[in-house]
Amino acid sequence: MPILCKSNCGNKAVLKRPKTADALCKECFFAAFEAEIHHTITSSKLFRHGEKVAVAASGGKDSTVLAHVLKLLNERHNYGLELVLLSIDEGITGYRDDSLETVKKNRDDYEMSLKILSYEELYGWTMDRIVAQIGRSNNCTFCGVFRRQALDRGAKLLGVDSIATGHNADDIAETVIMNILRGDTARLSRCTDIKTGGSEDSIPRVKPLKYTYEKEIVMYAHYKKLVYFSTECVFAPNAYRGHARAFLKDLEKVRPSVIMDIIHSGEQLRFKDTVKKPTRGICERCGFVSSQQPCKACVLLEGLNRGLPKLGIGKKSKGDRMIANQEKEMALRDKANLVKNDF
Amino acid sequence: MTGDLKIVLEFSAGAELLFDNIKKREITLPSTEKWTIRNLLKWMKENILRERPELFIQGDTVRPGILVLINDTDWELLGELDYELQQKDNILFISTLHGG
Ligand SMILES: [Zn+2]
Ligand SMILES: [Zn+2]
Ligand SMILES: [Zn+2]
Repeated sequence: MPILCKSNCGNKAVLKRPKTADALCKECFFAAFEAEIHHTITSSKLFRHGEKVAVAASGGKDSTVLAHVLKLLNERHNYGLELVLLSIDEGITGYRDDSLETVKKNRDDYEMSLKILSYEELYGWTMDRIVAQIGRSNNCTFCGVFRRQALDRGAKLLGVDSIATGHNADDIAETVIMNILRGDTARLSRCTDIKTGGSEDSIPRVKPLKYTYEKEIVMYAHYKKLVYFSTECVFAPNAYRGHARAFLKDLEKVRPSVIMDIIHSGEQLRFKDTVKKPTRGICERCGFVSSQQPCKACVLLEGLNRGLPKLGIGKKSKGDRMIANQEKEMALRDKANLVKNDF
Repeated sequence: MTGDLKIVLEFSAGAELLFDNIKKREITLPSTEKWTIRNLLKWMKENILRERPELFIQGDTVRPGILVLINDTDWELLGELDYELQQKDNILFISTLHGG
């Protein structure tokens, strides 16, 4: 016999919510899912009436559901937002090609404008070419660093007031665990923030799906028949995150509330004043937010352009030595050429 | 061949990559035993799971993070591994483990 929906609507339940263990029918699940995201948006004051908001769209499940729900809530609750889709094309053959098709479908389905920015345009390098230079071991460093800044650049270009990203509760709990294991206190202290940036020179980032479980995002997309793209980055699945995720999923089996509990722990952590916090400033080369001088993207880019792709992957001192060595060599070569030309 | 059990298996969001990239297939299970999701998973592992079995099966169940829907209903409402398969059942496996 079928289990009935907990809200006594008389319908057959189709899923068990991970957060509450309630059995709900499709309609009641949609309503609860959307109402909770609306609650997150209003209680955390993520948007203001009349703002222009870029939805960071990858074609994956999270950003597809985010775009869908933001459009729906914007109309239902009259947020007065202008929503646009912003996608980054890393230039990975066969990966982004397909996912960008999905983003274009989002554009048509949700009637939003779409801006696709390529690494090629932004940095002069595609990921395919970067991988050809450096091999597959460190490429996700490039991928990640460039992507983070690419969204800022795209947002500036579009003149938006904020960027909404699809980070869900599971992602954030994983990130808390990863930052603890790495001792990265700076990231740890801000990774649970629902809104980051937003000082004079950076565009705020918001996470409307912060309290939304991955299972519910997937179920929502499934029952709403939303089309999304799913393949891991072909170059290197993030092994470290994979472990954190598997660990959390195992814990969840014995303690279903673990995701929310870890996010809560992350939110409540306080750091001693003696813990050094990087000061977030502006990169003097490119003008985008950075806690280093020059920013990581500029260092990686310099490495690529100098033919020293490992620059910026290790310690800064090592990188400085690499540059110094190269300049010494070039000076020597110049001298050698001069000598040769003298004859 | 009365009593043979015909069911449909579906895979999505990357789960199909472990099964010859086939998204939907009909299978016939012999009537020699009583079929539950538990021994269905074992059968799948022995017969159609091609790549990296640890990404799909952990112990005697699916790897955490793979959602199972039986006739479009969350298996967590239906007894999970103990659910007894019926003729024409549709079992869908959705991976949540891929990027979003
Ligand atoms: Zn209901
Ligand atoms: Zn990557
Ligand atoms: Zn810079």
